[in-house]
Order: sequence, then structure tokens, then C-alpha cells
Amino acid sequence: MNIPSLTISQIKADLAAKKYSASELAQSALDFAATENPKTNAYLHFSAERALAAARAVDDKLARGEDPGLLGGVPIAVKDVIVTKGVRTTCASKLLENYIPPYDATAVVRLEQQGAIILGKANCDEFAMGSSNENSAFGPVRNPVALDRVPGGSSGGSAAVVAQGTAVVSLGSDTGGSIRQPASFCGIVGVTPTYGRVSRYGLVAFASSLDHIGPFSRNVQDSATVLQAMAGHDECDATSAPAPVPDYSAALTGQVKGLRIGLPKEYFQGLESESGALIEQAIEQLKKLGCEIVDLSLPTTEHAIACYYIICTAEASSNLARYDGVRYTSRSPNSNTLPDMYRNTRGEGFGRECKRRIMLGTYVLSHGFYDAYYVKAQKVRALIAQDFARAFADVDAIVAPVSPFPAFKLGEKMADPLQMYLSDIYTITGDLAGIPCLSVPCGNTQEGLPVGLQILTKHFDESTMFRLAHAYEQSRIG
Amino acid sequence: MTLTATPDQLAKYEVVIGLEVHVQLATRTKIFCGCPTSFGAPPNTNVCPVCLGLPGALPVMSKPAVEMAMLGALALNCRINPTSRMARKNYFYPDLPKGYQISQFELPLAEHGYVDVVTANGPKRIGVTRVHMEDDAGKSTHDGFKDSDRFTYVDLNRSGTPLIEIVSEPDMRNADEAYEYMVYVKQAMEFLAVSSCDMEKGHLRCDANVSVRKWGAAEFGTRTETKNLNSFRFLKQAIEFEVSRQVAVVESGGRIVQETRLFNPDLGETFSMRSKEAAHDYRYFPEPDLVPLRISDAWRERLQSTMPELPAQKRARYATEFGLKPYDAEVLTATREIGTYYEKAVAASGDPKTTANWVMGDLLGALKNDGKEITESPVTAEHLGDLVKRIASGELSGKLAKEIFPKMYAEGLAPGVIIERDGLKQISDTGAIDKIIDEVLAANPKQVEQYKGGKTTVIGFLVGQIMKATKGQANPGVVNDLLKAKLG
Repeated sequence: MNIPSLTISQIKADLAAKKYSASELAQSALDFAATENPKTNAYLHFSAERALAAARAVDDKLARGEDPGLLGGVPIAVKDVIVTKGVRTTCASKLLENYIPPYDATAVVRLEQQGAIILGKANCDEFAMGSSNENSAFGPVRNPVALDRVPGGSSGGSAAVVAQGTAVVSLGSDTGGSIRQPASFCGIVGVTPTYGRVSRYGLVAFASSLDHIGPFSRNVQDSATVLQAMAGHDECDATSAPAPVPDYSAALTGQVKGLRIGLPKEYFQGLESESGALIEQAIEQLKKLGCEIVDLSLPTTEHAIACYYIICTAEASSNLARYDGVRYTSRSPNSNTLPDMYRNTRGEGFGRECKRRIMLGTYVLSHGFYDAYYVKAQKVRALIAQDFARAFADVDAIVAPVSPFPAFKLGEKMADPLQMYLSDIYTITGDLAGIPCLSVPCGNTQEGLPVGLQILTKHFDESTMFRLAHAYEQSRIG
Repeated sequence: MTLTATPDQLAKYEVVIGLEVHVQLATRTKIFCGCPTSFGAPPNTNVCPVCLGLPGALPVMSKPAVEMAMLGALALNCRINPTSRMARKNYFYPDLPKGYQISQFELPLAEHGYVDVVTANGPKRIGVTRVHMEDDAGKSTHDGFKDSDRFTYVDLNRSGTPLIEIVSEPDMRNADEAYEYMVYVKQAMEFLAVSSCDMEKGHLRCDANVSVRKWGAAEFGTRTETKNLNSFRFLKQAIEFEVSRQVAVVESGGRIVQETRLFNPDLGETFSMRSKEAAHDYRYFPEPDLVPLRISDAWRERLQSTMPELPAQKRARYATEFGLKPYDAEVLTATREIGTYYEKAVAASGDPKTTANWVMGDLLGALKNDGKEITESPVTAEHLGDLVKRIASGELSGKLAKEIFPKMYAEGLAPGVIIERDGLKQISDTGAIDKIIDEVLAANPKQVEQYKGGKTTVIGFLVGQIMKATKGQANPGVVNDLLKAKLG
């Protein structure tokens, strides 16, 4: 079996044809990943025992003639900010270096119920804070497409394993572009579903009102299948939506004739020319498929970065308070007082970016600053959502670039956090509005660096998003 | 050395008090997870990822907790907000596993309520600013362990227990009003079964904001907050101490510092815990893990319709319907259980006033001696009512009843059973009594002479002899009538 070329449907067919068993596939995938991983550092650790047990269960089902589930036997990786019972979950932080959760995230439970085989946990930026995966306490991830470059972040490991072929699909999390940007940097598909579509229970919180779990895959169909397997209301997450989950595969008709596609002019400013040219080509392709292209404006876009960095840091400063050395967090030794224990544990444990965001967030929530920053940012957020709502009254989908530039070199932007933050300029609006959005590959630069096309639709309309992405993807292949 | 004020100094100042009362709700499970709230389990056993604040865990609001909080707010005449929001209150403490408490800030559950109390100075209405919901923290134990010099032990069983905080307006003007307000709150919460209000277990605790100002001053004085008062006595003592201290400070030319204080029950004094400068900035913001709490009119009305009669309403009814005196009505409504018992007993006896005397006197006395609650009474309400009914009908004398009651209490039997068994029936049969009177008169000719000679007081002696001869079972009324007739 050639693991890097496998898709979910291929695995399904192969298992049915008894070309190999799920156990054989799991073992091969684990072996392959162990061999390949040193090139990228995309996996932090493997969960071989759990993977093989799950694979055996799939084989047993197949032997009994039962349906092994939507993801029966499919090797996956899970970003290390999503908790896995009995399997270390570090959030790529020294503070949780040895933390073994006693429970599974709902998304993990649902994927395993559908037969998924979790090979291991994917590297990421510490507590999902970053755009290059260079903020991991356990070393950066290298982009499998160009090993001297970053895979994007924060879900860099999740993107890299799929691009590298050390997993068939993976789970990432997106708070401000953390799925779509790495997907575009690594040349694969990455999906941020509607906020509330996938339960956040077990996703270690960075910014609760912005955090999403979403899939990475090598084609649109596979992301649709993974989302299908984990979407839907969860009584453990009060913000998960009770909305019914449609059949996403049924939406992949290839028919997009007559779809009205909006091009927001604000998303084409500051775009590097080569990326811009590829996006233009993609738009031409959509026209050929019969889509109607409409220019539109999302005027509040320019405030998105400021708004995002107030809200996400405010929530982060509170969400990260629990890593205090009292319970599961590694505790700094030799502290004689409680305040010392807090200071030393957190001072030694958190990386620079986490500290920066905790400080920013603490500041914007402080007495006397709350109204000027947090309250105002929430108002701006509402305006951004209104912009989208207005746009979607007229168009079926919005198409835009994912990132102003393709994958950059390791170390290139670490000295300048603001430059780093700008790599998310086109993606954070989707998170702020809570709408579904994805990145689908739309070609490579002359240097061979992938560029992604972003597709955004209205709340809970993942079907249209998948339909458009799939039709576009198929037209490129065909 | 703490200053205390003289009565003359105190007389120059008006006292201003506001209370924040924390009430632990009596839900079976915690506010954001399904863990039990039961007391006394081994440390860190009633816990789950949610109340342990584990990474990735999320809170989900408990409906029973919301409903109990709503009932509590309605009992304080509050308006329930159609939309309220939970908010995070951020601070570090070892027994606060999330690093924040989930409370309410800008949009509390309920607002604009009031409580009517009566003190020695007459009736008084005290405003209730707001009622909001929150989760409790765990418990830190700093001593009692071998290595307590180096470690603090944390038990998170209590973490996530639902609380309501009731914030009053600064409407109270002396410790008595504060006391009565607290009594009202406690009784109301107990009546509604919203809380067991066990103060020793910390189900009800109170923070007192106290300030003083010269009579007629427009502005409030600087206030201090004395935290965690867990008994009525401490509340009163702490307020009285604070008032005296503050007046003495101001009178001696000093200034009151805005600060948080604690009460030392051994000394009966408050002492400074932290000043305002050292106060936390809690960085409140809306809890993003929970959606706004929306309470429809229908939901509110449904709960309103299930509200039982509150102590104040009960007292009023006991006065009008049963003709009880205010003091009696108060004793009989002290708890919901006493009221229930009393009303059941009245239903059986048909005589509210005599029943009231029996419940308040013999029954509560005996229970108090035994350290028992009325719910544990060996004498059922029906049996006590039965006993009172027999007195009212003349079947039993008060004296006989007093003899029967201890037997009922000791043996848990109905009065009829004891009367039958011990032959304690009152003799009202005139024929039988007639005979005994004749015998007594024959045996005491000297007293008969004296009576006839005008010394009518000897009739008491004669009645006594007759009662003695009947072992107290003769109906005293019948004895009196017959005796007077015979003596002419």
C-alpha cells in the first residue's frame, strides 16, 4: 500500500476487497510515520497501542460483516490541543509536557466511533498561538513541500502530516486562520466549519468564542467525510449548535453553474503578485464552471486584526490561567511562596508568544480599559459579521486568498510579531464572523510553493462551500 | 489597640449597612456538570473534568440550578431579567481550578427586589439590588496534616457547587435591621427548599458592607467589607464592632480606609485583610463558553405558580385566620416544617390557639431538650391535634392532657391508645361524680361548716379532695357546678 496516496474512499474499497486489513494498514502507517517524521517533526508522539486496538476493532467489524463506519480503518492525526484519554496532550507547551488527560474530546470520540485510527498527536504552536508552528516548545515543524520553510500555523503539524503522507487526514483547530493558512502553505485542503458545528468539548481553549475544530485532507471529499463524522450538537458544549447536519457528500455534485460568487475587494490588497495571479486563475476557472462573479465590499475588514487580537488575547489570558502549577501543570520547583510558585511555573513554562498574549489580554480586560478595548472590539466583531450577512444576502459564496504570501522561511518572521500576525489577515474575519470557510489548493508558485484559495459561505452552509471547492478541485484535476 | 466609641460619639452618626449574602443552592448536582453536591465524600471524589477545570472541559448550565435561583429571586420580590449572562471573574487561588469563577456581572439573573422586615423600630423595607448565580470554589486546608508547614491541601468536591449571591441596597441602619434581613433571607430560602441554609456547613454566608456618616450628611462614608460571617451572632457582633471602630476613628480625627476585613469570633473584633489598593482587578468579561440565559415569561410564570407560601405571608395568615399573636405566629413559621406541623395539627384539632400553645410549649420544649428537629418528632401532628381536640371537647382536662403528652412523646402512641390503656378518661358522668362529692362532703364536715359560714374559699380545698379521689379524672367544670349546687 502506498500510504501517501491513500484517500478515505480508497481505504474503504481496499478493506472491502481485503487487499489489506485495518491492522496491517495501521501498522504500516505507524512504521511509515516513524520513519518519515524526523524530516518534519510533524508528530509530537504516537499512540500505537490505541491505534492498533482501534484497527483490530475495525477488522472485527469487517469480519462480522458490519459497517466499520465513515472512517473505518482511516489513519488520522490529531492536533495536540485536542485531548485524548490516556494519550499525552501537551498543547506543544512545556507546562503540559507530561499531561495525560483522563477523557476524550467529543470530536475524537465521534471519529473513533466511525472507525478512525488515531496514529498520534500533531505538533502545533504552543496553545495554538502562532502562524508558523515555530512557537512549539518541542521544536518547529518543517513544511514537507519545502523543508526550509514553515508549514504555517498554528495547526502546522496537522497540515504537514497530511501533505507528507504520514496520515490520511487529520484534525486541526482554527482560531484565527490556524487551519486554512497551514493548508494553503502545505498544498492541501483545510476546513474551518461554522462556529458551533463541531463540539469544542476537549479542545484545549485558546480563545473560546473563536476556537473551531476542523479537518485537513488531500481532497475535498475526505474533509467533507471527516466533518460529517464529527459534526452535530453535543450536550457537553453549550455553544454547539442543535442544527441538523446535512449529507455533505451528497453536496459534491460537481454542479456550480449559476452560483453567485462574491469577490471582496479588501481581500486583494497587500497580496503578493504570484499568489494574486494564482487566485485570478482560480476565479477564471470558476467562471468557466458557470459561476457568476460579483465584486463586493466588506468595509470593516481593515479593523479585523485589531479586533481579533483584542478578543483572542482577552479570552486567552483567562483560559490560560489554569496552568498555574497547582494540579496537572508541571510545577516549577524551589518556590517558597504561593505567588512565587505561580510566577516561576508560568514564567518558566510559557513560551514568548503565550506570554505576549496573556499580557495583552490581561491589559485589555483591566479595570478602566475594558470598555475602550474589549467592549469596542465586540462591537467591531458584530459589524464584521453584519458585513458578511449583508454580502450573503446577495451571493452564495465568497472567494478570497487565504494568505498574502506562500510559506515563508523558518525564522523569517519570528523577530516581528506584527508581520507574523498579518499572515492571518484574510482568514481571521471568517473566525470572527463564525462562518464556514476552507482552503483548497489553487496551484504553486514558480518556486513550487502551494497557494490556497479560500471559500466562505453563510452560517451552517458547509454544503455550498464543499460543493464549490469540490467542483473547482475536480476541474483542476480533470 | 482598637478604638471604641462612646455612646455620645455613636449618637452623632448614622450607620449605613449593605449585605451580600451567599446561598448554596440545594441542587443534587453541580451547576456546570453532573457531579453530586453531597457533603462529606472523601476528598476529590465528587469531581469530573469540568469541575476539576481540566484543559478542554466546558461548563453546561444546570436547569435545576437556574430554577432554584429564580425561586430565590422571586421570594425577594426581584424582577427576573429575560436575558442574563454568566461572566468570568478572574483571580488566582489554589482551590479555584479554572483560574476564574463563573459568576454574573453586567446582566445578573434578577434585580430590583425588596424585603420587608420588622424590628423594634417598626416595619422597614430593604432593597435587594440583584441576585446572581455563580459556582463555588474548592476548599483549601492549611493545617492539620503532618506536612502542613510546607503544603496546603485542596479538595475540589465543593468546586462547582451552585451559589446565588444576594446583594442588598445600603438600606440598613443598624445591626438589628441587618439581622432581621438575614433572618428573612434564610427563612425564605429554607421555605422554598432552595437551600438547606446550614450555616455551619457554609451554605449561608454573609459579607457586611458598613460605613458611618454624621447625621444629615449627603454622602456615604467610606465603607469596609467584612467577609464570611457565618452566623447571625457574628453578623451582629461584626457590625456593632465595625460601627464603634469607625466612629472612634473618625472622632479621633482619622480616616476610614476602604478595605476588606475579617471577623475574629474569639475576640468579637474585625481586622484588616487587604486594602483597596491591594484589591483584585477581577477582569470580568462575558463567559464565552456559555450562551446567554434566556428566561421566557412562560417559564418565569410557571415557577411563580409553584411558589409556596413564604414565612411573612404565613405569619399574616396565622394572625387573621387563626387569631394568633405576632410572637406565636413567628415561632410557628420559624421553619417550613414547623408551619407544616402546626397546620396539620390544627386540621386535626379544630382549635388553632390551644394547638399553638401545645406546639410551642410542650412539643418544641421536649424536642429542644432532645436536640431533635420537628421532622423527627415522636408525636405526629395528627396525634397532637387529637389530644387538643379531646381537651376542647371537654373529654380531657388540661391536667390530664399534660399527663398524657409525655407518654405520647415517649412511646409515639396516639392519645386514645394511652387513655384507654391507662384508664385516664375524664369522668363527666354526673352520677359518678355526685357519689364522690357526697363522700368527700361527709368526710370533711368542718370545711362544709366553714363554707356555709361564709368562708367560700374552702371550696378550692373541697374540689382538690374530689379530684384527688378521682385521680384527677373528674371533669373540673362538672365538679364545680355540682359541688356549688350541693352546698347551696
